[in-house]
Amino acid sequence: MFLAAAADEGAAEAAAADPIFNLLIPLIVLLPLLGFAVTAVIGRRLGKQAHWIPVGAVVASWAIAMVVCFTALTGGFGEEGRHVFLYEWIPAGSFSVDAGFLVDNLTAVLLIVVTTIGMLVHVYSIGYMAHDPGYWRFFAYLNLFMFSMLLLVMADSWLLVFAGWELVGLSSYLLIGFWYRKRSAALASKKAFIVNRVGDVGFALAIMAIWVNTGTLDIRESLRVLVEQGDANPIPLAVVALLVFAGAMGKSAQFPLHVWLPDAMEGPTPVSALIHAATMVNAGVYLVARANPLFAAAPSVLVVVAAIGIFTAILAASIAMTQTDIKRVLAYSTLSQLGYMFAALGSGAFTAAIFHLMTHGFFKGLLFLGSGSVIHAVHEEQDMRRMGGLARKIPSTYRTMLIGTIAISGIPPLAGFFSKDEILGEAFKLGFPWVWAIGLFVAILTAFYMFRLMGLTFWGESRVDPHVEPRIHESPRIMTIPLWILAVPSILLGIALSWPGPPLGPLFGSTEPGLLHHWLEPVFREANELLHHGEAEYQLFGIDGALIGASVAAAAIGGVVAWRLFGIAVGPLRGRSRPEQVRALSARAPFLYRASLNKWWFDELNDLLFIRIGGRVAAAMWWFDREIVDGTVNAIGSVTRGSGRGLSRVQTGRVQNYALGIAIGLLVMAGSYLLISGR
Amino acid sequence: MNISSIPILTIVTFLPLAGAVLIAALPRSAARPVALGTALLTWVVSLILLIGYLPRPDFQFVETLDWIPLFGIQYKLGIDGLSLILVVLTTTLMWVSILASFRPIQERIKEYMISFLILEVGMIGVFVALDTFLFYIFFEIVLVPMYLIIGIWGGANRIYATIKFVLYTLVGSLLMLVAILATAFAFQAQTGSWAGAFDLTVLRETRFDPGLQVFAFLAFFMAFAIKVPMFPFHTWLPDAHVEAPTAGSVLLAGVLLKLGGYGFIRYAVPFYPDAAQTFAPLIIVLSLIAIIYGAIVALVQPDLKKLVAYSSVSHMGFVTLGIFVFTEQGLQGAILQMVNHGLITGGLFLLVGVIYERTHDRTIARMGGLAGATPVYAAVFGFFVFASVGLPGLSGFVGEFLTLVGAFDFSPLVAAIATFVMILAAGYLLWMFQRVATGDLSDFLRGLGHHLTDMRPVEVLTLAPLAALVVALGLFPGLVLDLIGGSVGSVLDGAATAAPIRFALWP
Repeated sequence: MFLAAAADEGAAEAAAADPIFNLLIPLIVLLPLLGFAVTAVIGRRLGKQAHWIPVGAVVASWAIAMVVCFTALTGGFGEEGRHVFLYEWIPAGSFSVDAGFLVDNLTAVLLIVVTTIGMLVHVYSIGYMAHDPGYWRFFAYLNLFMFSMLLLVMADSWLLVFAGWELVGLSSYLLIGFWYRKRSAALASKKAFIVNRVGDVGFALAIMAIWVNTGTLDIRESLRVLVEQGDANPIPLAVVALLVFAGAMGKSAQFPLHVWLPDAMEGPTPVSALIHAATMVNAGVYLVARANPLFAAAPSVLVVVAAIGIFTAILAASIAMTQTDIKRVLAYSTLSQLGYMFAALGSGAFTAAIFHLMTHGFFKGLLFLGSGSVIHAVHEEQDMRRMGGLARKIPSTYRTMLIGTIAISGIPPLAGFFSKDEILGEAFKLGFPWVWAIGLFVAILTAFYMFRLMGLTFWGESRVDPHVEPRIHESPRIMTIPLWILAVPSILLGIALSWPGPPLGPLFGSTEPGLLHHWLEPVFREANELLHHGEAEYQLFGIDGALIGASVAAAAIGGVVAWRLFGIAVGPLRGRSRPEQVRALSARAPFLYRASLNKWWFDELNDLLFIRIGGRVAAAMWWFDREIVDGTVNAIGSVTRGSGRGLSRVQTGRVQNYALGIAIGLLVMAGSYLLISGR
Repeated sequence: MNISSIPILTIVTFLPLAGAVLIAALPRSAARPVALGTALLTWVVSLILLIGYLPRPDFQFVETLDWIPLFGIQYKLGIDGLSLILVVLTTTLMWVSILASFRPIQERIKEYMISFLILEVGMIGVFVALDTFLFYIFFEIVLVPMYLIIGIWGGANRIYATIKFVLYTLVGSLLMLVAILATAFAFQAQTGSWAGAFDLTVLRETRFDPGLQVFAFLAFFMAFAIKVPMFPFHTWLPDAHVEAPTAGSVLLAGVLLKLGGYGFIRYAVPFYPDAAQTFAPLIIVLSLIAIIYGAIVALVQPDLKKLVAYSSVSHMGFVTLGIFVFTEQGLQGAILQMVNHGLITGGLFLLVGVIYERTHDRTIARMGGLAGATPVYAAVFGFFVFASVGLPGLSGFVGEFLTLVGAFDFSPLVAAIATFVMILAAGYLLWMFQRVATGDLSDFLRGLGHHLTDMRPVEVLTLAPLAALVVALGLFPGLVLDLIGGSVGSVLDGAATAAPIRFALWP
């Protein structure tokens, strides 16, 4: 036994020291960068072959990432993870920032999500973007995004995380505004970047505060010092944590910085799947999880995180209920699910948050790619009021999206059930019953809006434009195969990551923690110790079982209500839609209906505050600049000119006189000064 | 022959003058190649300096000649890391500017090129002079060619703009001359000797009495604050930029504004450290106003060049902020920001020039849809826009962030206010880019027909070195930071011993 442990340790050390990883780990990040650079330069000339280099780069990056993740998650890099030092990026005296990578289990888990979904989206785009004139440009941008996102999750210093953070913002800007001729797309991309920057200000200030507090920007080292110094930090930990969270709110679109994400749907649908559902929007969750000791040392901030998260969850879910654009429903759903993740982080259930991040990444990626396939089938129509009855016409898309819907609704045994139930259960047990209660209500709404989406799109009568109707077709294989691949984790990932732990493990007599808990235990150990989280016994036939029952019941209620209103046609479950009842219900709560339909008027509020009032302020300042500041300058000028005219008699035209005047003047000034100061 | 006996700083300073004389003597057709050749040669010499320079805090390649021995005025040149990078910035932007002028400038080309080369003499001279009187001479030499460049080759309202520019700057620099003389008198009174009364290396070791410090610092402050320009002395800048020809704008923004920042670091702060400490809070407040106010006013500018000009006010606010928080990171950030601003804003002005040459218009409202019509132009424009936004990986980010770190060390509140500009900068730049590049091609641009061409190879060639430097310094800011460490250290050592002056001492 002892020997086995020693051998294990030896193997771990061998892997940690293996120089091959000094090459492999940077390659994961640099291959997509190379793909971007090459495609940006020669892509235009490659025409319809432009996808080979970017897709190849991402597939290679994925393959290497799998090797690295496997090594990390089997303990190959030890609990501290593996550092790869590249070079000293900013050598500014005592302020020294290294460029380097860190792969520990948290990074490895995110790498799985980012590279896998990234690769599938690249492949899917070969079909989806096939007829777009900007084909090469699209793949170049996608590769730039992959580079930025991988930099973000693999960076070992806060400033390098920030670099990735800003670069994903850039790639998101480029991809949302991909169809730059569309005014709405150009506006949406700008909005996304600027709203994100609001959060970035917080993150940037957090980095400055961390440096002032600890004198280093290395993530591990700085967190250790921050927690060790505790109240002795010059900048209080609660302030630092709040600033970090501000950054997370921007990227993960939490209230009140949520307004950019729905508009971001102006981008091509693969972008929505990759960036605005499965990867970039998770960056905020990753950031808070990465900084977990900091947040654990500032528990008051955790409450704020939980409150904002769960509020975003219910706010977005309430809006998703009435939207008619298929992608916008999914966008608000993403906001809502991200809210769950922050609620989990705020409750101190860090592992549950990452669990949901993973499962959500796969099933929401699937749902978005599926919606893209639907949009493709009905010829760029996104309004669900002009869909319906598509189930038989596009069967692969329908079946995979149904899997995604069941998964996100939290119906066992699909993936979403496990992660969502863990969030709700942990919130309840860790002393956040209000998070649990609101979260449970949101679960009802989630099942409702998702089955509404399915009903409007796939079941019931067709409302498709008669001209388009005969030309509806299933998408090519290059698009449906990624859907089926994503369907697999949407079904199985929940069981796989929670096994052999709860909820299924105890049924079979296991007392081990689940796989993901096992992986992430070293990452969150310190936070759990700071928060005094003990190992509570799992009671399947007690509190835990009751909580599971509540979750499943919530999903069932939401689903059944949606079936009653919007119809269903799955196997034996048959029902027709009842539009008259929908109208009656909307009329019964006119305010709530209008609030939901108008997204609680946040866009109108922002327009008033920042465009109208802000514009007035800026215009007033410019007036001030012209009339007051510059006006004073010109007034002085004209006074001088006026008096100059009066004094023109002094102008003799003889240069010697002027020179004498200047010299005397200067001497008088210098001399008089000396007299004054010499006293 | 001993390498150190070659007066290489004199060569690099006056090589452009030789070129100017040559152009004057040769026929008109030779003006362009000779000017470009001279500028490139000067650039090469400056690169030799870069290679030969040792990263130490002292002045190197020093040349000393007595000039007016009676008052201890010398012809003394020398460089440290700070001067060196600014010299290289100048020589680089100079050949880029001359190349960019080949096509747009068709009238009086000889005079134009002569003006630019003389301008280069003044700009390099300012950075290499180690004698305050010599510094003043070079400082004023710069004004003359710039006055002509704006006044002769400028836009419709050029006379108003150029007179405003010259008079405004002259007010400051004359005050500075008085301060230089007063300092020399005070030095003589203090030591009983004129030897060293104008010598930078001597003066910065001398501690003057508080009265003189306050007076002289304020005079220097006026000169440099106008040059930077700091709020509220900035209004000459938008006018001058709008009227100046493209290359004039590039050098105005790229180098001339840096004279102010350089002057603060090299003269005002080391000579009068107590006064600098005294007025630092005021200057920090003015810097914050410039940063935020410049950005807000930039938001509503209808003219591309004015927008970039106001963005300069905002960006240069970081320079003065970084200097006067008196922290290592702040000062390093300020110097880096000077270089980055030269490259990025220089690039933006070149890009505005490219579109102006085709449209003879800079009104943002008339643009639109350039991404479709001129994709290369839009891509390069986008690159410089994001460099100006401060995207990590490009050079603007490192300078700004270091400045902010330095400011945070001084006061978190100051840093928080300045950091807020991250949002505003994204706002005015991306809004501008949206209106210029996205959407359908505007009717105005469509009316140009085939005149609306994408960038020509020469135009790409002018922007490529700037873009390459923006990337290089973004990824490897150590290229500059390693050079300036010594300069920064010596300035801060001086500032560390200083204390604010109590105004009760004032008579």
